[in-house]
Amino acid sequence: MDLSAIDPLVLAASIMVASTPILLAALGEMVVERAGVLNLGVEGMMITGAVCGFIIAVQGESPALGFLAAAAGGAGLALLFGFLTQYLLANQVASGLALTMFGLGLSALLGQDYIGIKAPAMGEVHVPLLAEIPVLGPVLFRHDPMVYLSVALVAGVWAFLRYSRAGLILRAVGENHDAAHALGYKVVRIRMAAIAFGGALAGLGGAYISLVRVPQWTEGMTAGAGWIALAIVVFASWRPWRVLLGAYLFGGVTVLQLNLQAAGVDIPVVYLSMLPYLVTIFVLVVMSASSGRAALGAPAALGRVFHASG
Amino acid sequence: MSEMLLAVEGLTKAYPGVVANDHVGFGVAPGEVHALLGENGAGKSTLVKMIYGLVRPDSGTMTWRSEPYKPATPHDARKSGVAMVFQHFSLFEALNVAENVALGMEDPPPMGQLAERIRDVSGKYGLPLEPHRLVGDLSAGERQRVEIIRCLLQDPKLLIMDEPTSVLTPQEVEILFQTLRRLSAEGTAILYISHKLEEIRALCDAATILRQGKVVASCDPRERSARELAELMVGQTLHRPSRAAAEPGEVVLDIDGLSVESSSPFGTALKNVSLKVHAGEVVGIGGVAGNGQDELLAALSGELSSHPTAIRLHGRDIGDQGPNRRRELGLLAAPEERLGHAAAPDMSLTENAALTGMIRERLAGRGFINWGKARRFAEAIIADFDVRTPGPENAARSLSGGNLQKFVIGREILQRPEVLVVNQPTWGVDASAAAAIRQALLDLAARGAAIVCISQDLDELMEISDRFAALNEGRLSVPRPTHELSIEEIGLMMGGAHGMEVAHVEA
Repeated sequence: MDLSAIDPLVLAASIMVASTPILLAALGEMVVERAGVLNLGVEGMMITGAVCGFIIAVQGESPALGFLAAAAGGAGLALLFGFLTQYLLANQVASGLALTMFGLGLSALLGQDYIGIKAPAMGEVHVPLLAEIPVLGPVLFRHDPMVYLSVALVAGVWAFLRYSRAGLILRAVGENHDAAHALGYKVVRIRMAAIAFGGALAGLGGAYISLVRVPQWTEGMTAGAGWIALAIVVFASWRPWRVLLGAYLFGGVTVLQLNLQAAGVDIPVVYLSMLPYLVTIFVLVVMSASSGRAALGAPAALGRVFHASG
Repeated sequence: MSEMLLAVEGLTKAYPGVVANDHVGFGVAPGEVHALLGENGAGKSTLVKMIYGLVRPDSGTMTWRSEPYKPATPHDARKSGVAMVFQHFSLFEALNVAENVALGMEDPPPMGQLAERIRDVSGKYGLPLEPHRLVGDLSAGERQRVEIIRCLLQDPKLLIMDEPTSVLTPQEVEILFQTLRRLSAEGTAILYISHKLEEIRALCDAATILRQGKVVASCDPRERSARELAELMVGQTLHRPSRAAAEPGEVVLDIDGLSVESSSPFGTALKNVSLKVHAGEVVGIGGVAGNGQDELLAALSGELSSHPTAIRLHGRDIGDQGPNRRRELGLLAAPEERLGHAAAPDMSLTENAALTGMIRERLAGRGFINWGKARRFAEAIIADFDVRTPGPENAARSLSGGNLQKFVIGREILQRPEVLVVNQPTWGVDASAAAAIRQALLDLAARGAAIVCISQDLDELMEISDRFAALNEGRLSVPRPTHELSIEEIGLMMGGAHGMEVAHVEA
């Protein structure tokens, strides 16, 4: 075992990159859940975003176009979920699980001809001046634009929920949809918008894996990242900055286990790779106890079907 | 009619299978306090929802200050100057007072200014409120203040109040009325929905009475007696429950220092509750909703377990026994929530009868249910308690509230309980069904059973209980004979005015 092989700076910098996909997906899912909708299809939307983004980026030879397509693909799949659950009043848990399976299958079909191709590279943006700061510079300010965008989105969502009237209405819908309806707010429309936003961010997260992290297309390449994102939302008790913290924590565990493997730590590889998922299961079990839900600040109407009556 | 603020003519709204409003017409003048009177299901709520833009009428016209008035959404209604306080609060527990107020306003000012205005207006009308408190932590009376302040901040011309006093103590009702009279003196018209006749006689200038979706009378409530109003509302002469006076027997149920935590996060813990219930008596337990009623029922039925000696039945410790063991010993309970707690909504009446009757009616043997016997038990309940349903194979959900309530209460009474605990036995039930249920409870007591009746309907408790006690924040007052109590004393037992004060600004 040779722990000195792990360079703390490289490790720290790679945490931000490793965390970005789950950060984006978790942030989107958090907005959806704050509106009172439980969409378990994050994994499906991520992988759909990953394949859409990859195809368009290769065809158009532009990663930026790819990300736009990924957002559209994720949102499109999410709207399917929204149509089922908000208009046809289907069960949210079952629809979400179905969405994951549908997304995995659809992406495999779409991506058949793209296996083994390399994606066009996305340049790094070195933030002027800040990137030159010793230690902090390389860790924080020498990344691709999506990393910065993801952090900016966290701040944006936080400000939106906290300060804007639209954010207040979104929270109100997630808290008590009957009361929001009685006050004249369009519960279903607001939820559809939140669902589409969540899908778009999940798509971006997926495309970040296929365009930046890997960067090529393989079937099922999101490998459970969507489930981790779901767990992070709960872990973060539905608060944006805690989503950031949670994502970096989970991302950190992932990077660390890779580094530990590389350093030849004397623990079987399988156990190390299990780590992020074990933590995920643990968090989800704690959260699913219904008494824990209210205590942790879950939106009161989360997962409940809304039907306007009278 | 030219001076009318709001005039409604020929308003009709039909839902599948029922005409909720059938050519309804009435008018409200500026500054008038107008009562809408009717039983549950008479169409009052549908009518005000149309005025507030939540429901669109099928036909008919509304006129607002001589202009046609067709609100498509509550936003339109609020812009015209209509505000509404809902029966079931339209509040968000996880948001604070200021956020809740902002959600009900068309153009709320920034949060800082809004908090100031909330303090101003709430002080002016004697309804103190702290803008930054979470609504989930407020009492029912305080929550209603939030609703009222939300309306007042918009300077409404017409304030609709849907059953506003059902959650208030008598003292809080008096303060609310003073606020409403002040508003009316300032020129705000009030449309007041209730089925509490004395309140309407005390407060309102005019009344429109609805029965089965139609206007059956318009009158000045101050010129009619409560009995006349009731008979207009029900359409028949009311039967008043009666009972033979009897000496109470020995102590059957002995609650001694009962303390339990609530199972729900916004519930109320019971604190050192003590009560002795004698054979043949009805003990009424009043209190504002959310002061431990649900927890008391759960602790007595066995859903919440407590210290073994905290509850004794015939001297036997049962505090730690579950519901089935208690049923076996003769302690039965009928909870408040009909669909989902007292009955399983999608199961048939036979199945629902078997669910609680299994033990005392011996409906099961060697692990198998005797469905024939269960069906006969359900049929007996339906026949004895006049439950209107095609048959015991119908789902509980298909029954109307009153019929299902008769079924749920009847199911327990037919099992010959020695102690029966009921919570809100006539909530949301029409007057004749309510009278039948109260009579059944009194008859059961006359046969020697002990009854604990938890209710928020003070008139009901006055009518049927021998002794009265009140729950306030999980504590039970010392029970007193009902006939000795005045309504003021009852109000004080329920916790008085909970910090409200009379409006102290001159109009």
